[in-house]
Amino acid sequence: MDNALVATHHHTDETAVHEEHEHVVLPQHRHHFETEQQQREAGTFGMWLFLLTEIMFFGGLFFAYLLYRNWYHDAFVAASNQLSIPLGATNTAILIGSGFFMALGVWAAEVRKKGLLVLFLVITTVLGFAFLGIKYVEYHEKWEKHHIPGEHFDVSEFVNPQAYGLKEQPLAPDMAQKTQVFFSLYFAMTGMHALHMIIGIGLLFWLTWRAYRGEFSSGYVAPIENFGLYWHFVDIVWIFLFPLLYLINRHPGS
Amino acid sequence: MSTTTTTIVNLPDQRTATLPKRHYLNNEDGLLSWLFTGDHKRIAILYLISITFFFFIGGAFAGLIRLELLTPQPDLMASDTYNKMFSMHGIVMVFLFLVPSVPATLGNFLIPIMLGAKDLAFPKINLLSWYLYVAGGLFTLAALVLGGVDTGWTFTTPLSTHYLNTNVVTAATGIFIAGFASIFTGLNFIVTIHRMRAPGMTWFRMPLFVWANYAASILMVLGTPVVAISLVLVALERTVGIGVFDPTKGGDPLLFQHLFWFYSHPAVYIMILPGMGVISEVISTFSRKRVFGYTAVAFSSVAIALFGFFVWEHHMFIMGVSNYSALVFSLLTMLVAVPSAIKIFNWAFTLQKGSITFETPMIYAFAFMGLFVIGGMTGVFLGALGMDIHLTETYFIVAHFHYVMVGGMLMAFLAGIHFWWPKMTGRMYPESFSKLSAVTSFIGFNLTFMPQFILGYLGMPRRYHVYPPEFQVLNVLSTAGATVLGVGFLLPLLYLGWSLKYGAIAGDNPWQATGLEWQIQSPPITENFTEIPIVDHEAYDYDWLAHKTEQEVTTVG
Amino acid sequence: MSEHHDPSNVTNPEHAEHHIVTPMTYTIIFGTLLTFTGITVGAAFIDLGIFNPIIALAIASIKAVIVILFFMHVFYQSNLVKMTVSAGFFTFLVLITMTLTDYISRAWGLW
Repeated sequence: MDNALVATHHHTDETAVHEEHEHVVLPQHRHHFETEQQQREAGTFGMWLFLLTEIMFFGGLFFAYLLYRNWYHDAFVAASNQLSIPLGATNTAILIGSGFFMALGVWAAEVRKKGLLVLFLVITTVLGFAFLGIKYVEYHEKWEKHHIPGEHFDVSEFVNPQAYGLKEQPLAPDMAQKTQVFFSLYFAMTGMHALHMIIGIGLLFWLTWRAYRGEFSSGYVAPIENFGLYWHFVDIVWIFLFPLLYLINRHPGS
Repeated sequence: MSTTTTTIVNLPDQRTATLPKRHYLNNEDGLLSWLFTGDHKRIAILYLISITFFFFIGGAFAGLIRLELLTPQPDLMASDTYNKMFSMHGIVMVFLFLVPSVPATLGNFLIPIMLGAKDLAFPKINLLSWYLYVAGGLFTLAALVLGGVDTGWTFTTPLSTHYLNTNVVTAATGIFIAGFASIFTGLNFIVTIHRMRAPGMTWFRMPLFVWANYAASILMVLGTPVVAISLVLVALERTVGIGVFDPTKGGDPLLFQHLFWFYSHPAVYIMILPGMGVISEVISTFSRKRVFGYTAVAFSSVAIALFGFFVWEHHMFIMGVSNYSALVFSLLTMLVAVPSAIKIFNWAFTLQKGSITFETPMIYAFAFMGLFVIGGMTGVFLGALGMDIHLTETYFIVAHFHYVMVGGMLMAFLAGIHFWWPKMTGRMYPESFSKLSAVTSFIGFNLTFMPQFILGYLGMPRRYHVYPPEFQVLNVLSTAGATVLGVGFLLPLLYLGWSLKYGAIAGDNPWQATGLEWQIQSPPITENFTEIPIVDHEAYDYDWLAHKTEQEVTTVG
Repeated sequence: MSEHHDPSNVTNPEHAEHHIVTPMTYTIIFGTLLTFTGITVGAAFIDLGIFNPIIALAIASIKAVIVILFFMHVFYQSNLVKMTVSAGFFTFLVLITMTLTDYISRAWGLW
C-alpha cells in the first residue's frame, strides 16, 4: 500500500473503482478529470491559451503593418485603393454571418437539437467557402495586374495612374516601389488568415460528420464550443484586417 | 538528523527489495504501446530519449568547433563548413535540447504527480507535442544532411534571405514545428496547474518546481508564436520574394531582429526557469530545510517571466537601434538581475544552518549556483551599454551565455535527472561514478569557458575559424576543457544505462524528500495515485514527513 | 471521506456557472456587427484627418470586443478566462509599444 501513505484513509480497490465511475455520465468523460465540469472548463481554458498564441502570431504581422504604414503612408494609400471595397465589405459580412451561424451551432448543441446543429454547421462551412471564393477573385485580379510581390511586381500603375484611368496622385518612383511592402503584408496577412480559414473548414467537415452521427446532441458540446472559439478568432482577425487594408484613405484629395 | 550525517540516502534492504510488480513501464508492452501512449510519464521518457539524442548531436558539433579552434589556422575545415558547424550547434542545442530539456522531460513526468493529478489535462496534445518535436528534429536533421545551414542560429536578415544559399527554409520549418511542440507543452502545463490540483493543493503549497515551470509555460505560450511568424516571413522572403525585411524593397531588417528576439530573449528564461525549479527542490531536500522565502522564490519566477518580455533589445544594441530606446532597455535589463538574485540569496539562506549532505544532485546544484552567478553577473556587464559595445560579438558573450545555459541549465538538468532517476526507473545509479562525473563536468566546464571570457575581453570575435596566434594558449586550454567536459557528459550515459538493469533498488523515497512524487511507489503506477491525495501540509515540510514515517513504523510494526 | 471526494471540493473556485446564450442575443450581436461594418466603410469616405484611422480602429476594436464577449462567451466565463484573454492583448501591446520606443526615437520628429 505505497500510495496509502498520502491518503488519510483506506478502502479496498473495489470501492475505489466504484467511486471513480460514480459521477461518470458521458462516455467522453476522461478518467483523469474528476468531474465533467472540470474537463469542460479545462478544455475552454486550453483553447483560449491556444488563441493567445494566435494573437501573438498575427501580432507580429500587425506590428510590421503599423511600422510600414507610418513609414510609407502614401504608397500604402495608393496600394490600398487598388483593393475593392464592395468585395471586401461583402466578405466581412459573409464572415460575420459565418460566425453568427457558428454561434447558433453552439446553441443548437447546448439544447441538443441535432438537425439544427448539422444545418448551422453546413451554413457556416458554405459561408466559409464563399469567403475563400471571393478572396480568390481578389487574388486573381492582383495576379493579372502584376501586384504580387516578387520578380514580376510592376509599379507602373502607381507611377502613372492617369494612364490606367485612376484619379490617384502619381507616386515618386522610389515611393511607388514601397507599394510592394504593402502588397507583401497584404498577402502575408490575408494569406495567413485564409490558411486559418482552410484549416477551420477542414475541421468543420469533420465536426459536421460527427454531429450528423449524433455525438454532440447528448450534452457533450466541448468540441463544438472550442471550435467556435477558433472560428470567431479568425473572424476577429478579419475584422481588423478589413479597415486596415481596405480603408486606409478613401477620400481623394487629402 | 545529527550534524555528523554524511548521507541521507536510505535504500531498502537489497536482499529482500524488489521493484513493484506493476508500474507505468511494464503496464503495457510493445513499441506501439509507447508510440500511442497518453501517459505523461511515458511521454516524458520518449522526450528524454529524443533530447538526449539531439544533445549528443549538438555536442558533436561543439567538439568539432573546439577542435578547429585548437590552432590559429584553418586546418580542420573551411570557413563555410565552420559556419555550418556553429549554426547547427546553436540550432540543435537551443531549439531541440535546451528549450524542451527540463519542462518536457522532468516537467512532463513530475508536474501531474506533484499536483496530485492522474495526468496532464490533455494527454493527446501532450503526445502530439512529442510528435511535433520529432518532426521538427527530423527537418533540422534533413537540413543538416542536405548540406547544413550557415546563418547562425539567429537567422539574421538579410544574410539569411539574400546572401546565403543553404537550407534556411528547411531548418526554419524544423524550428517552426518544434516551436509548436513547445507551445503545446506550455499550454498543457498551464491548464493542468490551474485546473487539476488535488484537494488542498493551494497555489502556495505547490512545489517551487511547479511554479518555475508555470512561469516558463507562460513564456512558451506567449513568446513562441512571434518567432514562428518571423521565420514564416523569412521563408516567404526566400521562396516567393515578399519584401517585409528586404531593405532593397523598403523593408527593415531590424524588424526581424525585434520579432526574433521578442521570443528568443524570453526563450532564455524558458530554458533557465525550469532549471531553477529543479535547484529549489534539490537544495531543500539535501539541506533538510524548507526553501527560505518560499513566496519570494515563487514570485521571482513569475517576475522573471514578466520582465523577460521587456528586455529583448539588449541583443540589438550594436545593430543601429535608437540610443534612447537602448537606454530604456539597458535599465530594464539590469532589473532582471533582481529576481534572479532573490533566488540565489534565498537558496543560500536555505543552506544556512541546514543539514547539508553532498549527494550527486546536490553537487550539480552547487555547480549550478556558482556558474549561474558568474553567468548572471557577466550578463549585467553586457546589459550596460558601454561594456556591451566592447564585449558583444566577442568570445565574452559566448562564455557568458554558456555559463548560463550549460553551467546553469545543463547542470540543473543533470541535477534533476540524478535527483528523480530513482523515481523514474526505480533504480539507483552508482554514486561514486555520478559524483565523479559531476566534478568532472564542473572542472571541464570552467576550463572550457573561463578562458573564453579572457579571449573575449582581449577582443577575439566569435564565429571565426581563424584567429591571431597570440590567442592560441587560451584556445588550447578551452579545447582541453571541452574534452574533459565531454567525458563528464558521456559518463552519465554509461552508468545511468547500466543502472537500468543492475542498479540498486531505490525504494519509494531514497532521499527522504517531501514532495508528493516521493510518497508513491517508484516507478509509479500508470494512474500515479491509487487514490487522489489530500494535501494538508506545506511544501518542504520535513516535520510532516518525519511524523508520517513515524506513524508508518508504528502501524506496520 | 465522502466530503473529500465531493466534486465541489475538487473544482477550482476559479470556475463560473455554465450559461447558454440564446439565439436572440446572437441575432442582436449579428445585427450590431453588420451595422458597425457599414459605419466603418462610410467613415472611410469622409475626410476626418487623423481621426480616420482612429475611428477605423475604434470600430474594429468594439466589434472585436463584442465578438469576444458574446460569440465567444467570455462575458459569462470565469475571471480566469477573462484574465487570460487580457493577458494576450497585454503582451501584444508590450510588443508594439516597446518596439515603437526604438522606431520612434530613432528619428525624432520624422516618425
